[in-house]
Amino acid sequence: MTGEGIRQAILDIIKEIVPDEDLSSVDPEKPFRDQIDLDSMDFLDIVMELRKRYSVEVPEQDYPHLLSMSSTVDYLLPKMESL
Amino acid sequence: MALKGLENLKKEYDCIVVGAGLGGLTCANRLATAGHSVLLLEQHFQFGGLAAWFKRKKHIFDVALHGFPVGMKKTCRKYWNKEMADCIVPLEGIKFDNPQFSISTTYEREDFTRLLDEKFGVDRATVEQFFDAARAMTFTDDDAMTTRQFLNQFFPGRTDVWRLLMEPITYANGSTLDDPAVSYCIVFSNFMSKGVYTFRGGTDLIIKMMEEQLERNGVDARVKALVEKITVEEGRVTGVIANGRHLRCRSVVSNGNLKTTILKMLPPEVISPEFRERTEKVRINNSSCQVYMGIKDGESIDPATGDLLFTSTAEEFDAEKMLDKHVTSRTFSLYYPTGRPGHNRYTIVSSTNARYQDWAGLPLDKYENDKHALAEDTLDHLEKYVPGVRDKIDHLEVATPTTFQRYTLHLAGSSFGTKFEGLQISRGIQDEVPGLFHTGSVAIIMSGWLGAANYGVIVANEVDRYIREQSQVAPSVG
Repeated sequence: MTGEGIRQAILDIIKEIVPDEDLSSVDPEKPFRDQIDLDSMDFLDIVMELRKRYSVEVPEQDYPHLLSMSSTVDYLLPKMESL
Repeated sequence: MALKGLENLKKEYDCIVVGAGLGGLTCANRLATAGHSVLLLEQHFQFGGLAAWFKRKKHIFDVALHGFPVGMKKTCRKYWNKEMADCIVPLEGIKFDNPQFSISTTYEREDFTRLLDEKFGVDRATVEQFFDAARAMTFTDDDAMTTRQFLNQFFPGRTDVWRLLMEPITYANGSTLDDPAVSYCIVFSNFMSKGVYTFRGGTDLIIKMMEEQLERNGVDARVKALVEKITVEEGRVTGVIANGRHLRCRSVVSNGNLKTTILKMLPPEVISPEFRERTEKVRINNSSCQVYMGIKDGESIDPATGDLLFTSTAEEFDAEKMLDKHVTSRTFSLYYPTGRPGHNRYTIVSSTNARYQDWAGLPLDKYENDKHALAEDTLDHLEKYVPGVRDKIDHLEVATPTTFQRYTLHLAGSSFGTKFEGLQISRGIQDEVPGLFHTGSVAIIMSGWLGAANYGVIVANEVDRYIREQSQVAPSVG
């Protein structure tokens, strides 16, 4: 997967978790939490979906990497580029 | 309705969930939607755990449906279904009545800020600082500060303010001023975001909807199935003994009492002496007494009476006094026909916190006497809020800590699980015994309807990881 593919995959997952949020204007450099209403349970859902869909494991100590779209993509790229 | 007993089960499950409280139910459902085979076993004849209801004459009594934070709406939508989320509606009539103040509130930050300013004379900047500090706390924070110290920072010596801020939380989860501030802050902030909510249709409807969803998701769910032991072979969980039968699985989630799970259900040798000692030291939270009152057909209660009344005759807030058998504080939950569409009856449930040891082991006549005295005393107090209540009711019944113990099998009839130190044990058992997980009321924050359901999801994530690691399942979607 490319960085763009991962970005789209993350957007698809978030869209399912918070269907009422507008994701079209999410700034990749800013924290998700400043732009959309995502709580800690939502982040857990993202982690579980990544495992289910792509067999990617995000250990708890790495959760801070899921801060913004660009930090998430940077973090996941080495784990997902071979998919 | 879930089937009874253990007929027609699969040879092995990815996970067996022991106990169908809100944590066990939600964990089971979440694991099923993640693609795992799940068996849910409940010892009682109905699901829900303390989210219980019972029918007497034409009345339906809710045991634990007193109000939860708005977050329950999102939790239902994400982990159950939209229909359930749509049944969650606000409770607007929250009242306090005690020797220090009598107020009515929507129990939201904005309304509390107004009350603290206008009725309690606290300056708004302090109130804002307090709310922000409470909301900033997360459960990884240092647990050294007590709630008393936290409240005293902002409202030194203001026991009336402490009472306003603390009394409902003590009812919600049994916490006291001496428990860690973090547990208070998380629960309080959850409520303050948008007030108090309930489930339209009652406990029986939410549990019925959960059962239907579990069935759609392929969960095998059974009542009257008592799990006696958890089996461990070569250091890993391999199943449970239920109703005398060995049922095989790759992982077990216990939604039972934490201490019972570890100290009674596991083979003793699989736990290190150090972990056992820490488990033994975990303090159990208090229990409750309740008085259930059914209003006669044709009689009614004025809706202006309110939905949730926090009443007390004690001069000041005192969590110890709230446990005393000489009752001074009661929460009245009032249920109107609008809350249970199609069912034209009013009911009232009075709840008090209580100690198991004050009720267990009494001679039968003394026990019955004490129950009768509690019911009479409750009616005397309720008269102030519902005039003529004695003539309006046609059913009166009392539950004590031993009643809760009998139906839930919770150690000492605990209504709110364990104190804060239970969290580390509950989270740590998976490292001690691979394949065993615990979800259930621990540490105050994992308690209540929202805390219990969300903890079920948190644990489901860990079980999912464990099962996938064990089998190295291929990705389901490319």
